[in-house]
Amino acid sequence: MITEFIQFSLTPILIGILAGISCAVPGNFLILKRQALIGDAISHVVLPGIVIAFIFTGVISTIPMLLGAAGAALVAVILIEVIKRLGKIEPGAAMGVVFTGMFALGVLILEQTDTSKVHLDVEHALMGNLESLIWLKAQGWQSLFDLDVLKTLPDELFRIIFVCGFILSLTVIFWRWLKIVTFDEEYARTIGIHSSIINFSLVIITAIAAVAAFESVGSIIVIAMFICPPAAARLMTNKLGIQVIWSIVFAILAAIFGYIIAGYGPLWFGSENSVSAAGMIAVVSGIILLLTCMYGPCRESVGQTKD
Amino acid sequence: MINSTNTSEITPSKPALKIQGLTVSYGDKTAIFSVDANFPTASMSAIIGPNGAGKSTLLKAVIGVQPILAGQVHIFDNPIKNNLQKIAYVPQRVSVDWDFPTNVIDVVQMGLYRQVGLLGRMKGEQTSIAMDCLDRVGMADMWQQQIGQLSGGQQQRVFLARALAQDAEIYLLDEPFSGVDAATERAIIDVLKSLKSKNKSIIAVHHDLATVRDYFDYVLMINIKNIAEGLINETFTNENLQSTYGGKLELTHAEELSAPKDRPTK
Repeated sequence: MITEFIQFSLTPILIGILAGISCAVPGNFLILKRQALIGDAISHVVLPGIVIAFIFTGVISTIPMLLGAAGAALVAVILIEVIKRLGKIEPGAAMGVVFTGMFALGVLILEQTDTSKVHLDVEHALMGNLESLIWLKAQGWQSLFDLDVLKTLPDELFRIIFVCGFILSLTVIFWRWLKIVTFDEEYARTIGIHSSIINFSLVIITAIAAVAAFESVGSIIVIAMFICPPAAARLMTNKLGIQVIWSIVFAILAAIFGYIIAGYGPLWFGSENSVSAAGMIAVVSGIILLLTCMYGPCRESVGQTKD
Repeated sequence: MINSTNTSEITPSKPALKIQGLTVSYGDKTAIFSVDANFPTASMSAIIGPNGAGKSTLLKAVIGVQPILAGQVHIFDNPIKNNLQKIAYVPQRVSVDWDFPTNVIDVVQMGLYRQVGLLGRMKGEQTSIAMDCLDRVGMADMWQQQIGQLSGGQQQRVFLARALAQDAEIYLLDEPFSGVDAATERAIIDVLKSLKSKNKSIIAVHHDLATVRDYFDYVLMINIKNIAEGLINETFTNENLQSTYGGKLELTHAEELSAPKDRPTK
């Protein structure tokens, strides 16, 4: 029983947790800047970039995928500008067309590609592939201390550990700058903080999180991981630091319960099949947000200006 | 007719803030065109003009938030580039999201970020500076308050306290009295006047023409371009008001505003 859990569930849950944290932390600043949909936009736009990088290299590897994603983001920015200028339509419409267009292009390329040699297909790209990230060599808890067996852990785990650590350390180091740029960008500039660098870095970090989470949860469900935990966290506290900690807690809860319910929940109801873990993680995130909307302690203190 | 008790000693020879040929545009639209100004040291200067005249843009261009097409800005005869720490900026209250999860003292401590650096610890010393600044604007007892619960006037006072924490030489304020209660307006004016008495220079975008004469010593009147600039008594005239506001200002109203009142300003 324990061995089975460690073989089949431990790594997916860990990867789900780390991907959730990697997305939730930058998500806090995105929602406070009222730019939550940047996470949405990025996760859509980068798909063709990831797919093309994948076709060229033939492996799922973070660095080429990030480069591909960056290229795709650049193309998107140029396209939006071109459509805005030539079509003389409003920026929102231009963005909407470009985001969905590029996402659709990614899906089309993926569909036409021979995926027999490599394991990336449309379903996994959209929904993630958390369940396949298993650790067959594990024999029980003692495997956690066995270096040779640890080496057989899925590469995805090491990648997401690195990305999550990177995002957390940047957040700690640049905390003060992030906070003031998020609250009052113009003022931040007057005290010598380069707001545009911070903003740009936040977008880059968001893209890194989106790409890192892509392998495990896919490019659609990742949006829920950017938005739900921080939005729920905002309703729990009126302090930014505590909000970020809550968002991490919610990301962890969503990953654990999402995975367990997806894997075992249908069995409880007599069904033989499990459901998509990434999908269930997003559903649990949504339920957490719903619960905080109903019972969160700081729902009412927000936006009540006494003029 | 003479009401000035504190404008005579101002010498425009060494301006606190000197602007030359400042031009800013948003796309095809020119926001300000070749504006010159010499705001004197240790005085209270107003920037006035109709909506869309480029008043806020002028401030933003000075502090580098708004890119400029042409022009130069000097503070105390030095280029502004490496002297930005001499300026404390108070943005428009409505320019930020007050639902942001933070409290009053935390916002004021943002004024000390330059002092403590990126990773330096906020020590007791910084907290007492911040508390002192809150006290000066009459907000000390609300230091723990969530900022979303403040009234408009209280928000403005917190912003002013944050600027005070910077201990700057020049204070740039964008419509500090917009949408605040009378008590706050009084409190802000008192703080600004005490800054002036410590030889600090105050420059504010101001929209209430009725109080210009009471509050300020010096005025810059703009409407995209320079209209007039100088000491209030000489410059805040019916004729200049008419050319600044075009036909938008009733003639009688302008005459009433520009006529010096027979009471001391202080």
